[in-house]
Amino acid sequence: MGVWIKKADYEKILAHAIKELPNEACGLIAGRDSEDGERYIEKVYLLTNLDQSNEHFSLDPKEQLSSVKDMRANELKPLGNWHSHPESPSRPSQEDIRLSYDSTASYLILSLMDNDNPVLNSFHVEKGVVTKEDLKIIE
Amino acid sequence: MKLTVAGNKKEYEEGLTISKLIELEKVETPEYVTVSVNEEFANRDDFDSTVLKDGDEIEFLYFMGGGSR
Repeated sequence: MGVWIKKADYEKILAHAIKELPNEACGLIAGRDSEDGERYIEKVYLLTNLDQSNEHFSLDPKEQLSSVKDMRANELKPLGNWHSHPESPSRPSQEDIRLSYDSTASYLILSLMDNDNPVLNSFHVEKGVVTKEDLKIIE
Repeated sequence: MKLTVAGNKKEYEEGLTISKLIELEKVETPEYVTVSVNEEFANRDDFDSTVLKDGDEIEFLYFMGGGSR
């Protein structure tokens, strides 16, 4: 499955993740799935990391609730979440895998370990098995 | 009575508790679900005793978190 994200949304995530350093940053993604199996992210949400940690994140449930209501109001489907790894690669950690309950979700991970070359990848996690999705950044 | 569950209005029997609603709605991995009633988060210890009322708006939210190690 291809996952499409607009460059402006990618840059929004990146700017927020840099602003939150040294801590992990996190948020939600919403959009639509097309009939031919492609996934289009149409809105990204920047949420508070309640853990305020450089190794962990938890989304603020109050912000999660308001985001879900906004998605509904805009007829967008919840597609998953995103978070940053300030000092490690763009791949799910054991904790990420353990806490990925939704097999329909896309989990985006932005690595900032190389300041000059941030890396964003999208993953599907089902029963502990991780599959990298084909993430495409579009203008 | 009518409840709005995850944005959908539905008819339910009177006396429904949060725990029973979770069961009826077949919520997956309920141990990781946070429930809000009219935008107030319910305490998990009160799921069995909280009786829902006509017009209540309920949302199920999955805990979302992780780590980089």
